[in-house]
Amino acid sequence: MYGQLTSDQPSMTLGEKIIQLNWLLVLLICAIAGVGFAMLYSAANGNMDPWASRQMIRFGMGMVALFVAALIDIRIWMRLAYPMYGGAMLLLVAVEVMGEIGMGAQRWINLGIIQLQPSELMKIAMVLALARYFHGPTLEAVGRPTRLIIPLALVLMPVALVLKQPDLGTALMLMMVGGAVFFCVGVRLWKFAVIIAGGLGAIPVIWQFLHEYQRERILTFITPERDPLGAGYHILQSKIALGSGGLFGKGFLNGTQAHLNFLPERQTDFIFTMLAEEFGLVGGLTLLVLYTLVLIYGTVIGLRSRNHFGRILALGLTTNLFLYVFINVAMVMGLLPVVGVPLPLISYGGTAMLTVMFGFGLIISVYVHRDTRISRRGVEDF
Amino acid sequence: MDRDTDRYRNLTRRALVLGGFKLALIGTLGARMYHLQVREAERYQRLAEENRINMRLLPPSRGLILDRFGVPLAENRQNFRVVLVPEEAGEVEGTLDHLARVVPIPEADRRRVLRDAARLPGFMPIMVRDTLDWDHVSRLEVNAPELPGLSIDVGELRHYPFDEATAHVLGYVGAVTEEELNGDPVLTLPGFRIGKTGAEYQHEGDLRGAAGASQVEVNAYGRVIRELSRDDGTPGKDVRMALDIGLQEYVQERLKTERSASAAIMDIHRGDVFALASHPSFDPNLFTTGISSATWRSLLNDPYAPLTNKVIAGQYAPGSTFKMLVCLAALEDGRINENHTVWCPGHMTLGNHRFHCWKRGGHGWLDMIQSISQSCDVFFYDVARRIGVDKIAEMANRLGLGSTVGLDLPGEQPGLIPTRQWKSDNLGQPWQQGETLVAAIGQGYVLATPLQLCVMQARMVNGGKAVVPRLTYPADEGFPEWPDIGVSEHALQVIFDGMQAVTTTGTARNFQIPEEGLEMGGKTGTSQVRRITMAERATGVIRQQDRPWRDRHHGLFVGFAPLHAPRYACAVVVEHGGSSAVAAPIARDILHETQRRNPAVPMVPRPLATADPGPIAG
Repeated sequence: MYGQLTSDQPSMTLGEKIIQLNWLLVLLICAIAGVGFAMLYSAANGNMDPWASRQMIRFGMGMVALFVAALIDIRIWMRLAYPMYGGAMLLLVAVEVMGEIGMGAQRWINLGIIQLQPSELMKIAMVLALARYFHGPTLEAVGRPTRLIIPLALVLMPVALVLKQPDLGTALMLMMVGGAVFFCVGVRLWKFAVIIAGGLGAIPVIWQFLHEYQRERILTFITPERDPLGAGYHILQSKIALGSGGLFGKGFLNGTQAHLNFLPERQTDFIFTMLAEEFGLVGGLTLLVLYTLVLIYGTVIGLRSRNHFGRILALGLTTNLFLYVFINVAMVMGLLPVVGVPLPLISYGGTAMLTVMFGFGLIISVYVHRDTRISRRGVEDF
Repeated sequence: MDRDTDRYRNLTRRALVLGGFKLALIGTLGARMYHLQVREAERYQRLAEENRINMRLLPPSRGLILDRFGVPLAENRQNFRVVLVPEEAGEVEGTLDHLARVVPIPEADRRRVLRDAARLPGFMPIMVRDTLDWDHVSRLEVNAPELPGLSIDVGELRHYPFDEATAHVLGYVGAVTEEELNGDPVLTLPGFRIGKTGAEYQHEGDLRGAAGASQVEVNAYGRVIRELSRDDGTPGKDVRMALDIGLQEYVQERLKTERSASAAIMDIHRGDVFALASHPSFDPNLFTTGISSATWRSLLNDPYAPLTNKVIAGQYAPGSTFKMLVCLAALEDGRINENHTVWCPGHMTLGNHRFHCWKRGGHGWLDMIQSISQSCDVFFYDVARRIGVDKIAEMANRLGLGSTVGLDLPGEQPGLIPTRQWKSDNLGQPWQQGETLVAAIGQGYVLATPLQLCVMQARMVNGGKAVVPRLTYPADEGFPEWPDIGVSEHALQVIFDGMQAVTTTGTARNFQIPEEGLEMGGKTGTSQVRRITMAERATGVIRQQDRPWRDRHHGLFVGFAPLHAPRYACAVVVEHGGSSAVAAPIARDILHETQRRNPAVPMVPRPLATADPGPIAG
């Protein structure tokens, strides 16, 4: 097996790998991040401090993470899939325990230079683990319900821990990413129907377990106008800011709603609103097009790969990115409740920036090693 | 491979379906944006325009400071400022060029305006220049049509009409510093000023008032649409001082004959301070309009210390003005009476040290009253040696020396009255008897402020009452019941006779007030700054004028008037004036002017030590 593997696919040298990097995708990522710096500069009323300069440093660190992840052999990532998932689970349990010892909700682990949010890390680790799991079984095997028990557990264990934090948004995102992977690997549609029906049936039960502020957010989402200065304030102000931007916007640094402090959290969750206020429909759509190009790239890379692990990994990570963008933008436009999901590469924040860049690194690794074949039995004999 | 192809086909199909689903969702986002930003744009733009109600703080008007007759000493003037709104001005540089032809604009201000205009949204007003005079304001008004985007705005500025005459007493106001923020929102208002020193600081609580608030509707550009409600707040309370500004100005002017001097004059019964002057002074208005660093440095480095209020913060050896106090201590002690006589040969020898009298050759035989009027040092050496320094210190404390007297003004210094205990505590050395002799003539360690000397003088001639000076006009117009300092009327009468002799036959006989019925009594003092060396004694007296200013003696005088029914006490200290001969005429003029103006409530409550119409021995 080993001999066949090497004769079939000679390992690439580092130089070859660097040439193989998907530079166009890197360029797109830089373009989106550049929009982010400009918006953070504007959010600070035309100052590099406190946000834009720090975000640039984080982006630089993220770039390093991206290249390292991209150049590591895909088979090594496959080997690391379960250990990384295990590590992320341990961290999730750790914050849970620390939260109980400390006070109130705890989502962070302080690593000195950055604060690590294990639930963000889990999004990638879970995709890795699912890709590792579904690399082996044939389509028929996936059809057997018993083969779905382990991957369901891989999804539901972190979901339960994240819900307990409590972080409803991240829990839903984990479920949706998991669902997308299940869908791609060929799980029958009727099984989704059963689960969705079951989920709908469980809503009244889950409602009982929701925190007061989570219920409040959902009710506010349904009728934001019911309390314009209370819980619905964010959405209403965001819609006013966005709507008043019009077709071409009010101009860079001239967003009145954002700069007169009517817009909450303009450097993090509501940064898209500021963009749409200052650059209008044209600016907002341009950014969406940039994201769409990245998503198309991710999907094409996934479909181009000759190993199943890489395909699932790229598609799962692309879906993860899509969910970030969609939920954030839909939220600021009042299409979804305010759940606190950042806009990838643009919102101010360390963990999100690093994990998103790491995810891109994995996608590019899939591209660099697209012709690597891995037997269905996996990498044990590699 | 077949099985892989199988699942690959399936995966591709499903991935494309998923991708299509994502595209559709992103399309939904685009459609939603189109809906909000194009179809409903007008509605949201209107909502943005009308967005909000803002609260604006209104600074309270600062209370006035008045003199005892209601003359304003600190008032609020209108402060005219030119304000620029960049978006109305269009081209900022051009507008500034235009403006510069009407009103001079310093280069630093110009740069600041250009920087702010580039940085801030165009609708935010930027202050170009403040403290414009009437001439500039009227020229601006005339040129208004050519100066779009510029407007004149009125604020308040503290003004001190008597500038340097009141600088030390009133202090001044200045911008709030970081440490002074205490949660009062009014302190965060740009340009708000609070008292920094003097009465402005002392009465900050009354003068400041409480901030008002205006509720305004602001559109999205921050422009005020209309005022919804307004609460003007509470203006600061006016503060009435005990000062008589006419007298204050006179005293300040009178001190200008000297390089550095200070004076205080007060009501011996009520404690009202009518004038408190320190020369040289400064113009407090410089501080409200923003003082240049060059002016500030020159004030700081001036050898005559114009920023120091020397009446309360200058500490001087009181010299011979201390001698009546030694008499009181001796008479109360009982070991010596007024008939005690001493032979003055011009010096006294103690151990192997010779203590000199100021008069070479000596005074001959003197009694207590003569020794006060002639200011004989040897007599007091003798008395002090008999009663000891602690008795003297105890009497000094009763008369208000050795600790702050409690004037309602910040910055008072305590002076120093040494005791045996004090020396061992602070210097770790035993008291020397020679030091007792030196202390008896108000030299050595003894230090007092001019205000303390004024209070001492007041307590000596008001019947021995512990009067406390006050700068604030009291609500109660009556005579406060001050505690008694516990000195017999007899002892007070003895020193009264002595102080009367000073201005009739004694050291100040040439400086009596030349108006009948207004005569004064008092005591001269010359305090040595530098030791007179043996060599100087041998070669003869070096004239004070020949010494460097810093080495000359301080000239002092404490006095009271009128002699027949004392009402006013005064102290004058001329720094390095050479001798008391410079201080005595100043005190004479101040007491004379005070009686002419007679600012005190004209009523005398109780019998006092009175002038003996008969001739005084000596």
